[in-house]
Amino acid sequence: MLLSELRPNQLATIQSIDNSELTLQLMEMGCLPGEQVELYHIAPLGDPIAITISGYVLCLRKSEAAAIRIVLNND
Amino acid sequence: MTSSVRIALIGNPNSGKSTLFNALTGLNQKVANFPGVTVDKHEGKFSILNNGRNMDCTLVDLPGIYSLYPKSIDEKIAVNYLLDSTRKTTIDKVIVVIDASNIKRNLFLASQIIQLGLPTMLAVNMVDVAAKEGFRIDIKKLSNYFGVTCVALNARSGEGIEELKNVIGEASPMGNIENWYQPAPLPDAVQLLAKSHFPHLSNYGFVQLVCSLSEQEAQTSDNKENSIIKNLLLSIDFDSMDYKQAETLARYQALAPLVDQIKILTDTQSNKNFTSKIDRILTHKIGGYVIFLGIMFLMFQALFSWSAWPMEKIDALFGLLNEELKLLLPDGIVCDLITDGILAGLNGVLVFIPQICLLFFFIALLEDTGYMARVSFITDRLLKIFGLNGRSIIPLISGAACAVPAVMGARTIKNQKERLLTILVTPLMSCSARLPVYALMISLVIPYKIFYGFNLQGLVLMALYLIGFVAALLVAFVLKYVIKSKERSYFVMELPTYHLPRLKNIGLQLIEKIKLFVTEAGKVIIAISIVLWALASFGPGDNFKTIESKYTQLLTEGKLDSLACAQQIASEQLEASYAGHLGKLIEPIISPIGFDWKIGIALITSFAAREVFVGTMSTIYAADAENANTLKERLSEEFISGTNTKRYTLATGLSLMIFYAFAMQCMSTFAVVMRETNGFKWPLIQFIIMLGMAYGGSYLIYQLFS
Repeated sequence: MLLSELRPNQLATIQSIDNSELTLQLMEMGCLPGEQVELYHIAPLGDPIAITISGYVLCLRKSEAAAIRIVLNND
Repeated sequence: MTSSVRIALIGNPNSGKSTLFNALTGLNQKVANFPGVTVDKHEGKFSILNNGRNMDCTLVDLPGIYSLYPKSIDEKIAVNYLLDSTRKTTIDKVIVVIDASNIKRNLFLASQIIQLGLPTMLAVNMVDVAAKEGFRIDIKKLSNYFGVTCVALNARSGEGIEELKNVIGEASPMGNIENWYQPAPLPDAVQLLAKSHFPHLSNYGFVQLVCSLSEQEAQTSDNKENSIIKNLLLSIDFDSMDYKQAETLARYQALAPLVDQIKILTDTQSNKNFTSKIDRILTHKIGGYVIFLGIMFLMFQALFSWSAWPMEKIDALFGLLNEELKLLLPDGIVCDLITDGILAGLNGVLVFIPQICLLFFFIALLEDTGYMARVSFITDRLLKIFGLNGRSIIPLISGAACAVPAVMGARTIKNQKERLLTILVTPLMSCSARLPVYALMISLVIPYKIFYGFNLQGLVLMALYLIGFVAALLVAFVLKYVIKSKERSYFVMELPTYHLPRLKNIGLQLIEKIKLFVTEAGKVIIAISIVLWALASFGPGDNFKTIESKYTQLLTEGKLDSLACAQQIASEQLEASYAGHLGKLIEPIISPIGFDWKIGIALITSFAAREVFVGTMSTIYAADAENANTLKERLSEEFISGTNTKRYTLATGLSLMIFYAFAMQCMSTFAVVMRETNGFKWPLIQFIIMLGMAYGGSYLIYQLFS
């Protein structure tokens, strides 16, 4: 599953991040394999989204979130 | 350690760095430039007691960064400043501000800086926020772990500031960098160079050098050592991106056990709901936009309503001063110069300080509370259509105060095309220098009345700001197709928790901005007022004398009373003056858009800075009408010569406002765009586009309304 597909109030864990020029920045900001993510909010027009990760809120576009692979926690 | 120290202040964005900077330095701040680049460098001074002796500290506030691998231009500035300090000792100490509520991500940067080998101190800020979220940080353990001094802080309330001041004077240990995690070794051939050529760099300092060199363009002139590394890196095909990613991952892994040790849970019930509840409302599907527009609307209504009283008082004060001086000083050229030249010009500008104060206040308020980041969040999708980015909204909104800092603010946009577009369209936002022109014209041609419950003048003002915003979007949309770029556009941004505004922060920002406006604008305005006064008071040949003798004759013949006579003389003399000639020269070009030669003079003088317009008008009309007191009264009594038609009709007023809304009459903006884009090309293109829009827009409006 991709982070861009996460729905409100779902908890998930990051599995991996696809390699791109953005990977480094996402990792620096705390998007690391093993981290818990929760969908915090979706912007009014459906994009970008905001997620809670390692204790703070990060927003990113859906196209960027699609590079982050996750697994749902309660599966 | 000497009795004066230079300290760099660094930290993640939103870590409370500026609050700490303000708490330490207060009013002792100045804005300078970083050497080589024109970036605002905020420096502040304070003194501490160290072993009973006074020690002067200079604090340098660096732009916020998440890591030592910079992506945007302002991040590069901060990182380069730190890296340079590892080679030349430009600073004695680094204070890393850490957001306690976000400890892991903040320690990531802190550990990188410690490993650079600079004397470092950690200021663990926002311990109150952490406490609310149900945990505290074990400062002692953290300090022992890295071998550096740590202080717990709440910079907002001032808690811990004294303790920080007490330990700043102490020598900072270098940090326990050898026994901790070490970045993966570089390729052998490169690593060998470290020992032989760069013995003064720490292990990680060398990694930094290698990574930054591998990303530099080949032509950059360099010293011998650096080019050896560069060639070597090229020959082994070193990929710094891969290296940095691996390093980041490994560093975070190394930090995890530390975070577990120092983050002590105090309360299982974390309290994060406050920010989340507000966000439900402020970034709501429909409500979010309604609230945003509402805030903007209130801002512009307040801008007009709240400033009316102080503006009246300032105007009255200058009127009084003018009268007193005219009585005090002997009649003649000096008196005229001071009253009609300098004072009139100054009055024209100073009267707008209340409005400019309010505007800067509102913008600082929105930024300080954390709301501006939400505005970026909800507008990104919209701005994307126009080739911009959610981050562009901050330069665009602050462009309503002044385009110069706004253009520099575009540095936070990482995509170069989006950054260029933002820079190019930001000056279309109506800045505070246009406000005087708008305010004068609105009060002249728009009646003061209530329109569906709102102040009509305020509505027109808001419309002008909207026109600027829409124009900015449309121009960006067109240029989007002209400027090519292969770089990927992205929007990754932190949403900070909401804070109550810190009035001290806002106050200090306000003082700094107003000081800049008054001194910068003031200088230009006084100079131009004097030149203008001279141009308006003297003329070629002996025209002035001829006019005077003509009217003296009429007066003695009893055909005119003395008051009417004085008026006629003044008006004919202005027309015969150098300024009059200049205005007449361009009149054919500007008459299709409803301007006469007098406005022409003001147009010429305000091409370098639009706020000069009102000052110029004051000077011109002071020389013209003797009986009216304020500029507004004078203008409203101005008739097109030989007719009963008022000069300042709705059509002329609107045309003037549109012209000023679009034209790029600002030397400072031109200069800053030139620096930010490295050359003449873009500011010139921008200037031409905006002038074309101004003339075209004014032409349309004038023809439509007249």
